[in-house]
Amino acid sequence: MASWMRLRGFIRKEMLQIKRDPSSLLLGIFMPVFLLIIFGYGVSLDPQDVPVALVIEDNGPDAQDIAARFKLSPYFKSRVAHSMPEATQLLEQGIVDGIVYIQNNFSAELTFEKRAPVQIILNGVDANRARILEGYIQAAVLGWYAIRQARDGVESPFPLEVESRIWFNSAPNSTYSLVPGLLTLIMTLTGTLLTALVIAREWERGTMEALLTTPIRTNEMLLGKTIPYFILGILGMALAVALGVTLFNVPLRGSLVVLFVFSSVFLLAALGFGLFISAVTRVQFVAAMASVIAGFLPAFFLSGLLFDLKSTPAFIQLLSYVVPAKYFVTIAQTLFLAGNVWSALLPAAIVLTMMAFILLALARKKMVRRLPI
Amino acid sequence: MQDMQPQSSNEEILLEATDLTKIFSPKTKPTVALDSLSVAAKAGQVTGFVGPDGAGKTTLLRTAAGLIIPSSGSMHVLGHDVVDDINTIRPQIGYMPQKFGLYEDLTVQENLDLYADLQGVPIAERTSRYARLMKMTDLGKFTDRMAGQLSGGMKQKLGLACCLVKTPKLLILDEPTVGVDPVSRRDLWEIVYELVATDNVSVVLSTAYLDEAERCDTVILLKKKKKIAEGAPKEFRKPVQNRVFQVTPPTEVAPRDVQAQLMQRDDVVDATIRSGQIRLVVSKGFEKAQPSLAADVAAAVVPVPPVFEDFFVDTLGKNDAVGLAEKGVQETSPAQEEQGGVTAHSSSADSIVVDVKGLTKKFDSFTAVQNISFQVERGKIFGLLGANGAGKTTTFRMLCGLLKATDGEVVVAGQDMRRAPAVARSRIGYMAQKFSLYQQLTVERNLLFYSTAYGLSKAKRQERIEWALEEFELEPKRRVAAESLPGGYKQRLAMAAAMLHEPDILFLDEPTSGADPIARREFWLRINRFAQQGVAVIVTTHFMEEAEYCDSLLIMAQGETLARGTPEEIRSLAITPDNPSPTVEDAFIALAERNISPS
Repeated sequence: MASWMRLRGFIRKEMLQIKRDPSSLLLGIFMPVFLLIIFGYGVSLDPQDVPVALVIEDNGPDAQDIAARFKLSPYFKSRVAHSMPEATQLLEQGIVDGIVYIQNNFSAELTFEKRAPVQIILNGVDANRARILEGYIQAAVLGWYAIRQARDGVESPFPLEVESRIWFNSAPNSTYSLVPGLLTLIMTLTGTLLTALVIAREWERGTMEALLTTPIRTNEMLLGKTIPYFILGILGMALAVALGVTLFNVPLRGSLVVLFVFSSVFLLAALGFGLFISAVTRVQFVAAMASVIAGFLPAFFLSGLLFDLKSTPAFIQLLSYVVPAKYFVTIAQTLFLAGNVWSALLPAAIVLTMMAFILLALARKKMVRRLPI
Repeated sequence: MQDMQPQSSNEEILLEATDLTKIFSPKTKPTVALDSLSVAAKAGQVTGFVGPDGAGKTTLLRTAAGLIIPSSGSMHVLGHDVVDDINTIRPQIGYMPQKFGLYEDLTVQENLDLYADLQGVPIAERTSRYARLMKMTDLGKFTDRMAGQLSGGMKQKLGLACCLVKTPKLLILDEPTVGVDPVSRRDLWEIVYELVATDNVSVVLSTAYLDEAERCDTVILLKKKKKIAEGAPKEFRKPVQNRVFQVTPPTEVAPRDVQAQLMQRDDVVDATIRSGQIRLVVSKGFEKAQPSLAADVAAAVVPVPPVFEDFFVDTLGKNDAVGLAEKGVQETSPAQEEQGGVTAHSSSADSIVVDVKGLTKKFDSFTAVQNISFQVERGKIFGLLGANGAGKTTTFRMLCGLLKATDGEVVVAGQDMRRAPAVARSRIGYMAQKFSLYQQLTVERNLLFYSTAYGLSKAKRQERIEWALEEFELEPKRRVAAESLPGGYKQRLAMAAAMLHEPDILFLDEPTSGADPIARREFWLRINRFAQQGVAVIVTTHFMEEAEYCDSLLIMAQGETLARGTPEEIRSLAITPDNPSPTVEDAFIALAERNISPS
């Protein structure tokens, strides 16, 4: 016997509370913008004295010229390695961040084919840094080309074939893949952290005791708590998508509708988890701690948003399977960077839907109609 | 049911508990909250559950509201079982929890709207309903104010209004008047009786104020999770008939001293100060003790009609608490005489240990304390009275140097609190409202910690801890963790901790809040004894009748001084032809109304 009047009254009350509580608006709306700017701008770096290994097998003047550009550049601190195995070792040990490799047939290829390969190998653990480094290395090579053009006084096509390899991280992460990742964080924040507080707050302030004696039903309370925060979470998410696309030119290759549908599913899972924590802990402080430790940090570290889970120990990988954020990171990155690739989207979406269902059911089960004594 | 007369003779039972037992956390730490209790409340009545703290009042009412599932036995409300049929019961009851259940970040109107929605009040009926509630509660001017910004009394009325958006058949109020000013308390009772008379609402409530028990149709007395007695208030008076006397002490003797003297007698159950006179209850079989009493204290003793409180103390007072208190007084009686001489001739200017002039505290635009002045002498008890939110605690914090005054002077033990709070603090004992005890530490460890914190030498520490264990009768609980102490012991331990460094001045913030009348009596006897030993005591309380225990007092309302003087002076402010011997509470109500009327 659900009552529309009760539900509407309850939702209106939640909305008013969100409106009057600066922290929920701060977390829901300001936080997405803040995170985007931090990650989009703040986490990039201007390289200076970046250690690179030069493996120059060719003794021709062009190859030496290119090597000299690295030696003279303020951005690089280059060292000469005598062989690729030696350079590889330096890279693996973290002594250098990149390798510039010019093979012994460079001069010959350049002279006869008018086209010679330059191979760049980068340490991709820090994806952002790797990307930026790649740009600087290409700029150095382009610099050599410009001088060569000026010297020869002839227009000639760019003669080099710059071939980049990023090691330790198969798909280079960057702002492009950070924005989809951020969506995950933002929705975890509004979904889990914010809602974790709302039921606990009612217990702490004694309003729950009064509420429980009114005719309101548990389902109405669950809906009444879910709907306002769902709206807040979707708003934050939409804001992040809009900013990502306009400010950072992140491509959205998949469908916007699909993105919103799957975001909703993830948001419901996050909300369910938050409400579950809140109903179980009943104390705001504990609820906040629990949602950060069990909700936010896993979404940060175990979702594949920061680093590739394939390079983590098996135990961690196993653990990541129960983190809803992992599935949403897959969905969001696929939709943004690849498109509507259903073979990747569907399995993740199915798991996520199941998780949302289970978490909401758990929250429902824990929202008791009696005092916990 | 539409034309039912007020106080109808309808014997319909609205609330019925049968062998109701509730055990909290039965697996881990079983605690009995209700012990096979059988009670009933009739329709068309106000039924009051009265009893000391921890008697089981709140658990009982929560069970009636469907918030707690009984461990065994049953509870029926409006004929339905609270476990099986709770959804049938809920729309028909109104329940106000102790914290009122208001959303402090919503306005008065928004709170009302929420509860109207939850109770399914049709939109068309709301305008007239709201108008009536606003008239009843006098909140009409404040509909746009946030509930969090209302005074305690207004919150209580709004909480009540929220329960009444739809007229309930049964209204359940859990300690509705605790910490609320006397005017609001009186208003609440008027509303309750109006509802019973005109809306056919039945009311079940719990209260810690014994004078309120007197206003119920039926009183059910609970003690230690069981029912002790039940009946109309007048029936409770019968057992103490002819055993209550009023003693008028000679003008040159302080009523407090006479009270202490009388409490030492074996045939005296209770002695309290009311309107400057001592109200006395003698043990059963000592109805003829009047002449011997009169001779003992050299004062006029006349029989007076008993009230509910006399029965309460007579029934429950023979427990450890009062027993201990009596013993305590006897133990120190030689010291009393000795000290009495000292205090008598030392009321010169240098005996003033606390001197407050024009004390003011502002938090942004809000003035919490406005221009408060008073002085306290050595060996005197000074009371700071007022409802919750009147500014008592803020004043206190400034006196202890915990809060910086916006304006005014505070001199404590000769030290300006604004410049040298640390020096003065070593002379002060402070007991905070929430007893600052380390819950996991034992009684002894807590005392050891505080003696170290006050910087007592090792030898002195041991001596003072032994003194405290003896003085506050904590010896049997020496190795018990503070968290598992019963309420009264916690209060004693907190006070013992505040007294370890032999302070000259004792600050007690709401020491009797939440304590039952018997614990409160015991507490005042102890305070009295410290005062007689020369300690200046400053105490805050929201129980107006406790004003009688003070030498002088200041009544605060909304941060301002409502009245200042001895209990007698304050009472005399309210003398009218209708009420020739008013209580301090009467005076508060009269003064508060006088304060409002000109503006």
